[in-house]
Amino acid sequence: MRSFNFLSGEEPLNPLIPHTAELVVGAIAFTLLFLVLRKAVVPKFEKAFTDRAEAIEGGIERAEKAQLEAQRALVQYNEQLSSAQGEASKLREEARVQGAAILEELRTKAQDEAARITAAAHASIEAERQQAITSLRNEVGALAVELASKIVGEALDDQARQSRIVERFIEDLEKSK
Amino acid sequence: MRAFVKLHAEGDGFVPPSTNDFNLPPITESIAWLTKPVLLVFLSVILVSVFFILSSRKAAVVPSKLQFAGESIYGFVRNDLARDVIGHEFMRFVPYLFTLFTFVLTNNIFGIVPFLQFPAMSHVAFPYVLAIFSFGVFHYVGIQKHGIIKYLKEIAFMPGVPKPVYILLTPIEIATFFLVRPLTLSLRLFANMFAGHLLLLVFIMGGDYMMHDSHLIMKLFSPFSFAFGIALTFFEFMVQCLQAYIFTLLTALYIAGALADEH
Repeated sequence: MRSFNFLSGEEPLNPLIPHTAELVVGAIAFTLLFLVLRKAVVPKFEKAFTDRAEAIEGGIERAEKAQLEAQRALVQYNEQLSSAQGEASKLREEARVQGAAILEELRTKAQDEAARITAAAHASIEAERQQAITSLRNEVGALAVELASKIVGEALDDQARQSRIVERFIEDLEKSK
Repeated sequence: MRAFVKLHAEGDGFVPPSTNDFNLPPITESIAWLTKPVLLVFLSVILVSVFFILSSRKAAVVPSKLQFAGESIYGFVRNDLARDVIGHEFMRFVPYLFTLFTFVLTNNIFGIVPFLQFPAMSHVAFPYVLAIFSFGVFHYVGIQKHGIIKYLKEIAFMPGVPKPVYILLTPIEIATFFLVRPLTLSLRLFANMFAGHLLLLVFIMGGDYMMHDSHLIMKLFSPFSFAFGIALTFFEFMVQCLQAYIFTLLTALYIAGALADEH
């Protein structure tokens, strides 16, 4: 090892021979720097690297999740759409059936009504006819009697005889009909 | 040497820079060990510590410019040197390699920083210390991984070699692992810094000498010497970065070799 004889250093010094002091200083300085960097710097940078990697991976994961969610929503939407379409067609079918049923019912009702009205009309016509026949019969009887009494010239006062004659007349009328 | 100095004082000749130009006096007479390189080494420790503590303090996901600068250097050592060379166990060695790279780089670059202008690594003691550390680290991990007997056996008797070859190979391997590696590691760094600084001294001192020479032609050529000195400064910057890289890379390679199953 070389001492510090630079003041008398006329001899060219061998640069390959180290100073003892510098060996010690170098070792101390390097160790010091190593401890500082290992303790304070490397963990921080590693933390930054890890955080960054996690942030990127987290972002990708989130995006994937969102995409999955979107896909599921799409499937759900399509399902809902198709089920709604089915529902609608079913409803349409039902409505058609129902409409047809209502129409049928209405028609039946109308027919019944018509039949009923017709029947009522028939009944009333029959009653009126009956009434007309009755009144006609009375009138015709009276007329015939009057006519006959006029023709025969004899008064048929006897009620019993009169109505007998009328009966016989009408029976003849009905027979001739 | 004394004769040269005398001549120079009389203005009769150029004194080329010598190895003595690297032997700087202590800052104060009373503390003999406190020389410029020693101060520079401590300065480098402070500068590197402060820079990286400041740049890593926030450790934000989105880095600031300062953090990005620190992270780039750290990431370079961590990924391009440690991870790519050592493999899956690399994280154990990142603090060491990171310290090595920043320490050597800073001290090298001091060689061209105005006013500092002295590469501390041109004092062979510092490369020696670093090489001893690296030597210790890679042998330690090798022994830790394989056990001392298997480790030494694999160094001395490389597997898969015909037996007679061991006569030749065993001494070479032993010399490589225990002598050549630490020596070349330290001497490569030392010699590059030493020669680079000497080269700069030659051109700058030469330019200065020529400027003060009485001949006009000498004065005229003096600027060229300075210009070449400046150009060499840029070249030196490249060498300084490269040497820090090489020192760290080789240490990483030696560690990777010691960790490998077969040497």
